[in-house]
Amino acid sequence: MRRVWPLLVVLALAPPGRAWAVTDPAEILPNHAEELRAEAIGGQLRCLVCQNMTIEDSDAKLAKQLRLIVRQQVAAGKSNTQVIAWMVARYGDFVRLRPPFEPLTWVLWLSPVLALGLGAGAAALGRRDARPPPSLSEAERARARALLDT
Amino acid sequence: MTEATQPDRVRRRLLLGIPLGVAAAAGLGSLALLRRMTRGTYDPHAVGDPRVGHAVPEFVLPALSAAAAGFSKADVLAAGRPILINFFASWCVPCLQEAPTLMALHDAKAIPIWGVAYQDKPADAAAFLTRNGNPYTRLARDDSGTTAINFGLYGVPETYYIDRHGIIRWRWAGPLTEGSGMDRLNRLVAAYP
Repeated sequence: MRRVWPLLVVLALAPPGRAWAVTDPAEILPNHAEELRAEAIGGQLRCLVCQNMTIEDSDAKLAKQLRLIVRQQVAAGKSNTQVIAWMVARYGDFVRLRPPFEPLTWVLWLSPVLALGLGAGAAALGRRDARPPPSLSEAERARARALLDT
Repeated sequence: MTEATQPDRVRRRLLLGIPLGVAAAAGLGSLALLRRMTRGTYDPHAVGDPRVGHAVPEFVLPALSAAAAGFSKADVLAAGRPILINFFASWCVPCLQEAPTLMALHDAKAIPIWGVAYQDKPADAAAFLTRNGNPYTRLARDDSGTTAINFGLYGVPETYYIDRHGIIRWRWAGPLTEGSGMDRLNRLVAAYP
C-alpha cells in the first residue's frame, strides 16, 4: 500500500490530459505550428451534434468533417478570424463557444459584474452598525452597580 | 437591544425589498417570454439561422440513380416557384418518422419537394424510397456532405423552404410531422407564394 502513494502523487500532479477525438494520424497536419493553430480554432467551435463539446473533442461525423475543413483552411493560410467567420456564415454565432460581445449577449457577459455589484450592495446595506452603543445614564450605571454587587 | 433607529428600518426594508423586486422582475420577464412563445413571436430554439434570408449556396449535386438527373442551384432558380429541399438518409430514424408527412404534402400537391440523400449508399436510399414512398419531384445525393455544410445542416432530416427567387426563407431541423413544422410551412406558403 505504501508504494502506491508516490504513484498517486505523480498522477495527481500530472497535467490534465485532453481527451482528443483526433486519433487518426491522417487528420493531423504535418506542420506542428499549423496543427496547434487548427486545434486552437477547433477548440472554440461547437460540435453541432453533441452541442456541449468542441469539434476537436467530438467523435460525431459532422465534427470530423468540420475539423477537416478547419485544417484545410489553416493549411491554405487562412487566419483564425477567417476560419471562424466561415463557420459562423453557415452555422451562426451558435457555433462559437465564446460568443461575441453584442447587444444580445450583454447580459451574459456582464452578469458577473452585475452579480458582484448586487452582492456588494447587499453587503454594504447589511453591514452591522460599527458605532459603539450609547453609554449608560447615571441612574442606569447605579442600578447596574447595585445588581453586580449583590 | 434598543429600538431600531430610523436608518436601520430603511436598511431592513431595502434588504427585503430589493431581492423581492429582482425576483418579481425576473418572474414578470419569464411570464412575458412564455406568452410570446405561445403567440409564436419568440422561439427559444431560434439560435440564429444565418442562411435564412440569403440565397441558396452554390451547389451541383449528382443524381441518385441513372434514371434521372441530379440538380444544382441553377435548377432551383429555374424552378420559378417555391420548393422544399429535404435532406434525408436511409440510416436516419426520424426520416422514417417524417415520411408520411412528406407523402401527404406530395399527394396534396402543396409544394414540390426536392430530396437530397445525405451520406448514403444510392442503393440504400433507393430502397428506402421504395419502402416508404417517394415524395420527391427531383432527387440528388450529397456523398461528401459538403453541400449540406454549406446549407448549415446539423443532421438529417432537415428541410429548407426556398422561395421563387432562390432565397432560403425557413429551415426546419428535425422531422416534419403534423403540428411541428406544418403550421409554419402553411404560413410560409401564404407569405412567399
